[in-house]
Amino acid sequence: MKTKPSPPKRQTAREFLELQRLMAGAVMRPLAATGGMQRKWRDGRLMGQVASQFIKPNDRLTSFERLEIYNRQYWYRIMDSFYEDYPGLRALLGERRFERLACAYLTQYPSQSFTLRNLGRRLVEFLQAEPHWIMPLHPPALDMARLEWAHIEAFDNEAKPPLELDSLLGADPAQIRLQLQPHLTLLQLRYQLDEFLIQIKQNEGLRSQASNAMELRQARKQSRFKRHLQPKSVFLAVHRHNHTVYYKRLQPGQFRLLSAFQAKSTVAEACEQLAQSAQADLGRVKSWFESWAALGWFCKLV
Amino acid sequence: MPANAFNGMTDYGIGIGLRVPHYSHILSEKPTVDWFEIISENFMVDGGRPLKVLDQILEQYRVVQHGVSTYFGSAEPLNREHLIKLKRLVKRTNTPWLSDHLCWGSVDGRYTHDLLPMPYTFAAAKVTARKIREARDFLEVPIAVENVSSYAEFHVSEMTEWEFLSEVVERADCGILLDVNNIYVSSRNHSYNPYDYVNAVPAERVAQFHIAGHSKYQKYILDTHDHPVLDPVWKLYQRAVERVGKTATLLEWDARIPSFDEVHNEALKANRFIKDLENKTLAP
Repeated sequence: MKTKPSPPKRQTAREFLELQRLMAGAVMRPLAATGGMQRKWRDGRLMGQVASQFIKPNDRLTSFERLEIYNRQYWYRIMDSFYEDYPGLRALLGERRFERLACAYLTQYPSQSFTLRNLGRRLVEFLQAEPHWIMPLHPPALDMARLEWAHIEAFDNEAKPPLELDSLLGADPAQIRLQLQPHLTLLQLRYQLDEFLIQIKQNEGLRSQASNAMELRQARKQSRFKRHLQPKSVFLAVHRHNHTVYYKRLQPGQFRLLSAFQAKSTVAEACEQLAQSAQADLGRVKSWFESWAALGWFCKLV
Repeated sequence: MPANAFNGMTDYGIGIGLRVPHYSHILSEKPTVDWFEIISENFMVDGGRPLKVLDQILEQYRVVQHGVSTYFGSAEPLNREHLIKLKRLVKRTNTPWLSDHLCWGSVDGRYTHDLLPMPYTFAAAKVTARKIREARDFLEVPIAVENVSSYAEFHVSEMTEWEFLSEVVERADCGILLDVNNIYVSSRNHSYNPYDYVNAVPAERVAQFHIAGHSKYQKYILDTHDHPVLDPVWKLYQRAVERVGKTATLLEWDARIPSFDEVHNEALKANRFIKDLENKTLAP
């Protein structure tokens, strides 16, 4: 008597999840030096064998080749986004070193956000832990990564309703804590990278319009700038005003005062810290406050 | 099916995707466009220029949201932070319906930022439909899911892609964003008849169409959105319109984007198929 063939086994919810884990692992794995998918899987098996276990071949492509399309697309997409976000770091390191760094970073810290905007969120942390990726340009390259992340934050972080200084009249400075706008980042850099990055961004903007001769001249200028990059401490506020990102240079005293606000000191505490550093001049500090308030940097009383 | 519950009972015509290279033209020239589709994720930010541009567009035009990373088909739960930001945007745009893809792209909290193909299984359909329902209940707006282009198929699949699409939308009671170009691309990559797909889709659930261009390679076709719509795709669109009726249609052009007028004129070619349909309906 013939036995009735058993119905094909249906996928379980657990198997559905495991399939996605397997495919995502393959798709997000770094490409081989040839630019294609790696030939061997993590456990040493041939990748073709692994792919054929879950991907169907067709009359034109093997399972390996079909999976490879997704593996390539993944890296093209995230590298493109990373390239766009870090033109300054790319210019400092050069294309090849930047590409190696990007691959190492994105392998260790793949995107954990629904938006590619956050791809570089942990880059500074990565470079601090693994400085060999940016040696011997470690200090400027690390500073550039901080500056470029601050630019991303300034571009689309929230702008809360600005605080009018008049609303502080009569308030006790020992009780007031000022909050800075979420789009504002304070940076102490060891090099004048703000000028360098502005130049890089201008070049990027011109690239689509400029002639080859113009592009060459810009590249030379950039390279000259890089060669003559000398250590010089720069204090910056990276912020947004009228929907445009700016790098505003600060005096050391201004930086100290704003940093104190960011650290949630009261106005009295922040001014006291400033006085201790012998930079207190009441008239000058008042004009700083007026200027920052005009830029909308203070957003509310805490 | 000009207006149905899945597109918020609207009667939108031909629209195009809102893209950065066209911002200044749109804001300065204010061309007549029936509606714009925005990529939700580009505007799910807390401030800055993107939202300013969006607000200016919303003053003049009708906007529909289209997402790329809700990942209804991922086995993991919906991302709460994503949904909260999406809802904030829904309130801003007042989108009559919202679409995203029938695909997956994240696992264990890691994002591929790709539209990965589903295994066409009942287990996958069940998880996906549940997530669509959860999202709709939270967002309080009709949802339509879009069929994606794919380059791989799974051994484990238990049905065809169009059967899977139907299974998901029936279980979720949601709409379909029928991407005619994606059907064509996948049909060539997986050797099936694209008309079988179009003829099998539950027509009453189609909320919107997508049309786009693609690129042919030696062994497969890639969905590149960097060309005008090709003839076989227009023919398939014609059949889809015959089955579904006049429905909101959007041209996607995302790479090597030409002038605004070129993109808009390409989109407006869809009108001839809609007019043909109207003429046929009117004929004695």
